[in-house]
Amino acid sequence: MSTIKTENITKQFEGVHALDGVSLEIPRGRVTGIVGPNGSGKTTLVNVLSGIVRQDAGVLHIGGKEVSILKPQQVNAHGITRTFQEVRLFEQMTVLDNILVVVTERAVAASLFRRRQERCDREARQALETVGLWEKRSSPAAALSYGQRKLLEIARVLAMREAEVYLFDEPFAGLFPAMVDVVVKVMQGLKQEGKSVVLIEHSMDLIRQLCDTVIVMDEGKLLAQGTPETVFAKPEVIAIYVGK
Amino acid sequence: MQELIYYFTHLAIIIGIYAILALGLNLVVGYTGLLSVMHAAFYGVGAYATALLMTQLGFNFFIATGLSVVIAIVLSFAIGLVLSRFDGDYYALGSLGFGVILYSVFLSWRGVTRGALGIPQIPKPELFGFEFSQITVFLLLVVVLAAGVYLCSRFVTRSSFGRVLMAIREDERAIQVFGYNTLYFKLTVFVIGAGIAAIAGALFASYITYINPSSFTAMESIYLLSIIILGGLASLRGSVLGAVFLVVLFEGLRHIGLSSDMAAHMREALYGVILVALMLYRPQGLVGKYKL
Ligand SMILES: Nc1ncnc2c1ncn2[C@@H]1O[C@H](COP(=O)(O)OP(=O)(O)OP(=O)(O)O)[C@@H](O)[C@H]1O
Ligand SMILES: [Mg+2]
Repeated sequence: MSTIKTENITKQFEGVHALDGVSLEIPRGRVTGIVGPNGSGKTTLVNVLSGIVRQDAGVLHIGGKEVSILKPQQVNAHGITRTFQEVRLFEQMTVLDNILVVVTERAVAASLFRRRQERCDREARQALETVGLWEKRSSPAAALSYGQRKLLEIARVLAMREAEVYLFDEPFAGLFPAMVDVVVKVMQGLKQEGKSVVLIEHSMDLIRQLCDTVIVMDEGKLLAQGTPETVFAKPEVIAIYVGK
Repeated sequence: MQELIYYFTHLAIIIGIYAILALGLNLVVGYTGLLSVMHAAFYGVGAYATALLMTQLGFNFFIATGLSVVIAIVLSFAIGLVLSRFDGDYYALGSLGFGVILYSVFLSWRGVTRGALGIPQIPKPELFGFEFSQITVFLLLVVVLAAGVYLCSRFVTRSSFGRVLMAIREDERAIQVFGYNTLYFKLTVFVIGAGIAAIAGALFASYITYINPSSFTAMESIYLLSIIILGGLASLRGSVLGAVFLVVLFEGLRHIGLSSDMAAHMREALYGVILVALMLYRPQGLVGKYKL
């Protein structure tokens, strides 16, 4: 069963076909890897799935509902959350506030008057402890190291308890091995909870280790989809990797 | 001695009014990152609405103030909706445009505002037969209202709502993805800021007893911005401190033997210098921690 389905998604940037008629399904409760050369449209696909970029043509089906225009502020209601390839934190806010802001009330009046501090604090603490950043809770996000910043982004989506689909855009890039282990555990944990995980990643080892399905993109097109073994055995997939 | 007390009381009232203005503006600019260059216009709306309601319709100051806050809220809601289509630099330009429009309304809607002639003989506040005509009593009113505004601002900024405002300032698109309809938050804070400015306008009108459009120019908006930048963006204490500092500085200029006309020019030049120097050496202001 699929949690997200795309139909003929197309997106051009000044003549560049970032996405060129992409139709695919993301299975529910699985870890799906997205691989492909630089500039093949992986990030653009995730941007479309999270309302950051609006497609020129094509529709999405999210949880069985057809969605032609996905606005950023609706993404959360569809149970989708994400991290960014270029880390996007609330830089001048503390580490703790970066997490609290995604667990508190979403409506204006509720956020002003109804303060469910205890639950929020507990959830924020849990998320930060999972990635080992609880000790840093009072520093501004801007003061963290590169790897810590990536971990904070991951903690931020972890704190989104109600999300069903987690989109990670190169979460392992630039991490020390110890940090990689932390993130691997996070992904495995999410899968165990029955969440759907989408993971853009260049390392074949990590893809093999974590993913149930792999989507291969090339020049904005879907080149192949299947289990890691079958996909990586396909000549056209081998060709783009050997060719590069 | 009597005169000295009078003078310092007067200074304190002016500082109080500017502190109220700065607190409201800081919610919008410092916390939310919306570079509004029209705060003086809402100040003017409050002043004119209160003045007109009191002189033309004989309303009590407190009722007139309440109504002018409502007027400012409705107006800022409409303007905020239009401004929500802009980002960054365009937001500043768009809000500047609205500020100029409102100033022109004060100036040219002669039938109501009497244009450049202004509105004289605005009465003092009165409550249950007690008149706030003595300057010290008026100061008390200003202090009470300023304290109220301060506490409200603190309530707003320490709530989850305030945290969302800062997230909007840091990365609006990202916080949208986490499920916030940022338009509502931006509108709400804009409306709160305008309502607070209207309170300051009401106090100003009733205190000076005479208003004309020259107090509500774009230059005045920039002056208010320089107060919060000097004091510290996203700092409530900074707003108050900035108001104290700049009001006292302007007064100081008058006392080194400059004519008030000359002092006014010097004041403008000095703001310019302060702004540039701050941007160069201390963009977070005197007690602030944040940058735009
Ligand atoms: N906002 C944008 N404006 C202009 N061009 C863009 C934009 N976003 C993506 N592109 C272009 O679209 C193409 C696909 O980019 P995308 O970022 O989706 O690739 P990617 O597969 O994520 O690459 P990488 O592995 O380097 O992250 C590239 O040619 C890129 O230059
Ligand atoms: Mg990418």
